[in-house]
Amino acid sequence: MESAHAPSDRPAAGKQAHDIVESPEFRALVRKRWSVSVLMLALLFLSYYGFILLIAADRELVSRRIGAVTTLAIPLGIGAIVAAWVLTGVYVRWANRRYDPEVERLKGLLRK
Amino acid sequence: MVPVLAAGAQVQTSLGKPTAASVGFFFAIVALTLVITYFAARKTRTSSEYYAAGRSVSAGQNGLALAGDYMSAASFLGIAGMVALKGYDGMIYATGWLAGWPALMFLVAEPLRNLGKFTFADVVAFRLRQTPVRIAAAFGGIATVLFYTIAQMVGSGSLVHLMFGIPYKYAELIVGAVMLAYVLFGGMLATTWVQIIKAVLLLIGVTILTLLVLFRFGFDATNLYAAVSQRYGQAMLEPGGLVSSPVEAISLGLALMFGLLGLPHILMRFYTVPDAKAARKSVLYATGLIGYFYLIIPVVGFGAAVLVGQDVITGVDKSGNMAAPLVAELLAGPAFLGFIAAVAFATILAVVAGLTLAGASAYSHDIYVSVLKGGRATEEEQVKAARAATVVFGIAAVLLGIAFEGQNVAFMVGLAFSIAASANFPALLLSVVWRRFTTLGAVWSIVTGAVLSVVMIFLSPTVWGEVLGHLDAAGQPHGIIPLKNPAIVSMTAAFAVGILVSLLTDEPKAREAFEEEKLRTYLGVGAE
Repeated sequence: MESAHAPSDRPAAGKQAHDIVESPEFRALVRKRWSVSVLMLALLFLSYYGFILLIAADRELVSRRIGAVTTLAIPLGIGAIVAAWVLTGVYVRWANRRYDPEVERLKGLLRK
Repeated sequence: MVPVLAAGAQVQTSLGKPTAASVGFFFAIVALTLVITYFAARKTRTSSEYYAAGRSVSAGQNGLALAGDYMSAASFLGIAGMVALKGYDGMIYATGWLAGWPALMFLVAEPLRNLGKFTFADVVAFRLRQTPVRIAAAFGGIATVLFYTIAQMVGSGSLVHLMFGIPYKYAELIVGAVMLAYVLFGGMLATTWVQIIKAVLLLIGVTILTLLVLFRFGFDATNLYAAVSQRYGQAMLEPGGLVSSPVEAISLGLALMFGLLGLPHILMRFYTVPDAKAARKSVLYATGLIGYFYLIIPVVGFGAAVLVGQDVITGVDKSGNMAAPLVAELLAGPAFLGFIAAVAFATILAVVAGLTLAGASAYSHDIYVSVLKGGRATEEEQVKAARAATVVFGIAAVLLGIAFEGQNVAFMVGLAFSIAASANFPALLLSVVWRRFTTLGAVWSIVTGAVLSVVMIFLSPTVWGEVLGHLDAAGQPHGIIPLKNPAIVSMTAAFAVGILVSLLTDEPKAREAFEEEKLRTYLGVGAE
């Protein structure tokens, strides 16, 4: 079932599938998908490893009080969690709005 | 009632005694999940129904089930305890457990759903030679699941013992038997519903607990922090010793983040949804739910420190695991403690059920059907093999749980994550993105990642030092390799070896098939 040559329900084969893969639109779609992914991943690294490295590098700074007793580290930790969720949200929004319609369009071309 | 005496404080707790409430909630949860299993069993006939719930799970349901699959008793009770005893370091630890979820979405969720059928090995083997890749990937998958299961079973035995007073061995047998009933008869559909119920109960339980704690402090977290600082000193609100070495911290972070992307029981859940879009949405829901959970758990931990007291918490259990149950009883009585204990039990069942299904599929789908039967097995044979593998894995889990009673197995979670990040994840990612990736590249990458993880953890301060008792001149646990978590080395090496071996071995067939794979990866054309 999993071999590379599974017939499955592939609507078109051979030349047409080849044309789609080679088409500038498909290439642009794949490139865009990974640019967005890598950008999001970079932001995730920045927020998570930034948080960890800041704690490791400058304990004085993160231990500074921002309220009566609340340390800067507390909102930073909350921020790291919230950032993770916001990034997934941004990615889903992008994928639903930009990626999916283009996928549908290209799949439509394949069925012709 | 067991009076717990500790440093002048005396707290009455019904922990460790089966009360009417805890037994009642316990049986209610088990009864409910078994009824669901009964209905799920009638819908579980084909292999796709057994492993992937017929791909009929909605994005919202899968989001909850992913959260239920991931949030273990260790993260619920362990992080609350860590915050109660060590303060802010528990919060740092919690953030690491969430950081992998966005990465899972950006890198593997959608390609995995589009390319695979039941296991992550489906994706790695998509255009490579089936036999060697399947064997290597199943080996990485089973190793991950096995170490994770041992840690879960040992943890669950002592937790059930602590909370219900049931002897350890019986606790293991009960967890094994109930979990096997779900997986054996109800397959993925029953497992999914058990995970959904568990996630809902856990989130409700912890939310109530958080609100009860905050109620004592006028719904203002800064009042809680002030009380913590006043009683235990400002250091509780500052980072402590957890992130002392940046290299260590990054290595642990890498293992937690990319380990998630190689956990077979998590990856398997993406096959239960209809398409890649639903897979994507389910990660968003799961990230939200798990993030919320890790945001509120520290409130429970700090609340326990102030209201129950560290001396009392460690008096009951040195690890601090009983912080959340103790504060639950203090704030809302034995009935609520019974509820929390039953929820913790459901938490264990749901995670172990997911692990068992993943372990069974790695053997029955990847080894038995794809390698031994050359991919030519009837539906009946496939389901039969899956059920047989489930029974074997379930019994193994119980026996290993009993064998490791009282052992220090905390390192096994780190080991599972390290193998997942180093053996499973690099091969998975390279097979999706790199045209030149070859069979030998995949096999050597998996072997390198797995072997390095095992060897380096064996020689680390955690196992060589703590478990095997090698101490340095200062009496500290000493490792031949100074790193506690090897991911920074083992994952990098797995990528390097995968790339290097692929460059040295050309595989024209794999290159040619990349086109079809791309159509399926990005457009979902031909996806299961």
